Amino acid sequence: MARLAQEFIARGADLELVGIRKEFPGFTAIENLDLHIPAGEFFALLGPSGCGKTTTLRLVAGLDEPTKGKILIGGKDVTATKPHERPVNTVFQSYALFPHMSVLENVAFGLKQRKIEDPMTKAVAALELVELGHLAQRRPQQLSGGQQQRVALARALVNRPSLLLLDEPLGALDLKLRRQMQIELKAIQMEVGLTFLHVTHDQEEAMDMADTVAVMNKGRIEQMGAPEKLYDRPHTVFVSKFLGQSNLFVGEVAESNGTSISINVSGNKITVPTERAEKHTGTIAVGVRPEKANFHEVEPSVQPGVNLIGPGEIIDIRFTGVSNQYLIEVPGVGEVTVFAQNVGKSPVTELGAKVWVSWKVEHTFGLSDLPANSATESISVI
Amino acid sequence: MAFAAFGHGGGGGAAAPATPTKKSKVALFLLLPGLIYLGLFFMTPLISLIITSLEVPDGSGVMGSYAYGFAIENYGKVVTEFWPQISHSFGYALIATVAALLISYPLAYFIGVKARRFPLIQGLMLTLVIAPFFISFLLRTFAWKQIFSNDSVAVQFLQQVGILGPHDYLVGTPFMVIFGLTYNFIPFMTLPLYSILERLDIRLLEAGSDLYATPATTFRKITLPLTAPGIISGTLLTFIPIAGDYVNASGDFLGGTKTAMIGNVVESRFLVLNDYPTASALSVLLMGVILLLVGFYAKRSGTEDLL
Repeated sequence: MARLAQEFIARGADLELVGIRKEFPGFTAIENLDLHIPAGEFFALLGPSGCGKTTTLRLVAGLDEPTKGKILIGGKDVTATKPHERPVNTVFQSYALFPHMSVLENVAFGLKQRKIEDPMTKAVAALELVELGHLAQRRPQQLSGGQQQRVALARALVNRPSLLLLDEPLGALDLKLRRQMQIELKAIQMEVGLTFLHVTHDQEEAMDMADTVAVMNKGRIEQMGAPEKLYDRPHTVFVSKFLGQSNLFVGEVAESNGTSISINVSGNKITVPTERAEKHTGTIAVGVRPEKANFHEVEPSVQPGVNLIGPGEIIDIRFTGVSNQYLIEVPGVGEVTVFAQNVGKSPVTELGAKVWVSWKVEHTFGLSDLPANSATESISVI
Repeated sequence: MAFAAFGHGGGGGAAAPATPTKKSKVALFLLLPGLIYLGLFFMTPLISLIITSLEVPDGSGVMGSYAYGFAIENYGKVVTEFWPQISHSFGYALIATVAALLISYPLAYFIGVKARRFPLIQGLMLTLVIAPFFISFLLRTFAWKQIFSNDSVAVQFLQQVGILGPHDYLVGTPFMVIFGLTYNFIPFMTLPLYSILERLDIRLLEAGSDLYATPATTFRKITLPLTAPGIISGTLLTFIPIAGDYVNASGDFLGGTKTAMIGNVVESRFLVLNDYPTASALSVLLMGVILLLVGFYAKRSGTEDLL
């Protein structure tokens, strides 16, 4: 197992997409995509269904042809090559295991096609890497979903591709198994050092596993970066909604000095550091993550460096185990969500309580665009 | 032989409901209409056919008058006497089945796989495959005879370009009979192939190409094994009726005296010469050989459970 993993190291290649456009009859799946994934990186393409992420993956695998643009793997232009000529393997969403072959034959398939020596021994080793050596002679349909997923992974990994494509491979698994597979997948990637391109709509999965996350929307990449950066500093409404939850406030810029700008939302002043805002004039949207906000039953004194709005009323409390989620209706501002961890006794657990919401200015972020219905809103999308 | 094979099967069927449970009595009751039907309309004629096949002339000299006997030698006689017709039957059936498969597979692949995204084209093409059934197959076969008759444009053209000699014709040749058989049974091959190709998971083919298999290898290693059940049912649905066919090979249609198949002999022995034992022996023989071939084929294909 360790030996097999050793053989993979430093075999990953970088992937470059240059000016990719993909049109299907009647719609454009990808508008204009430029992307560079360094060798050995775990890269996640995150987006809702229909955003073009699976199309991107299929273009890289060669299963579809781009209308325009170039695809380079390891510096080599592969745009015109057929899928079987590309040094790329895919773990399909449906796994696509061959039902008429045993698990072992499935895993050995790619090796046999390339006339690699001793395919069976290597296939057995790959099955052991995913801890399925004992099921080698079974048919895929006799395995559970999680086991099939691991067979699909072994079938792709055994070929030592320069680039491994993962098309929502964990989507069909239940939550617990998915968590376990996420950990295993990440461990295998670290061990073998391959370049992984992982397509998913699960933001938690993307943040948890990837070195770099690209959030895709409507055929474009909205924002790209390390998961922590994306979460801390979303640039657009879409990213702030899709990656975690956000409370967004829209207002006219009322004050501006060298280090911060303030907007006025129905008489409430909300301040954001200038370097954390994408737009500095006119009507802008600013936001804060629900777990960064606190609420108070007694009106706190106004302090510099703290945004304070209220009073409002708690209109909903949801218990989620590790935290309580409070929905607070603030007149003139809208609904604000606050997460409070269940440490000891929760601060307030009563519906209808009158509260003020505060958070640090440094946790506020300013967006480049406005929410679709320009009214102030709190968006909770998971 | 055929009788033995059938008898075994029948015995197995009768043994199952014999288990003394309440459930089995209900099952037997539900099976009863089917069993009565099979007994009346399949077993009785079959036994009668076998008895007839063993009869001998009753010595009265009257045509069509035979007495009960146990003349096993009837079978030996028909095999030696009608060997050419027997070999025609199975030879033509084999060639026509393979030809129908070679024509139907690409057709069914196109309708079931390539046209999947265009339901209108798919429906239209399926209708076209079935459309010939709207006209009696006798009429259609006769139409082919007209198209390829000795003074037809088609034959004249073939003679002129030298494919046919100046005194060669098509009607009455094995080629014409096999052509007719292939034509008439293509829908029986296409439909089972279509029904399995229509369900073929394209993602498996993509996985094949993703795993370095060329399109040809993907076809051989993935498409073909996955559609084998369709190929098997298609070939059985064509081979069995073709082996017993007597229309295409008859002199009235596309054949001649040199192309006669078992069906043509059975027809003339039964209906013209009233030679019932010979006709019956040939019929039983045909059935037995087909049963053997099909059993062997299904076993070799390893897909008994798919039939």
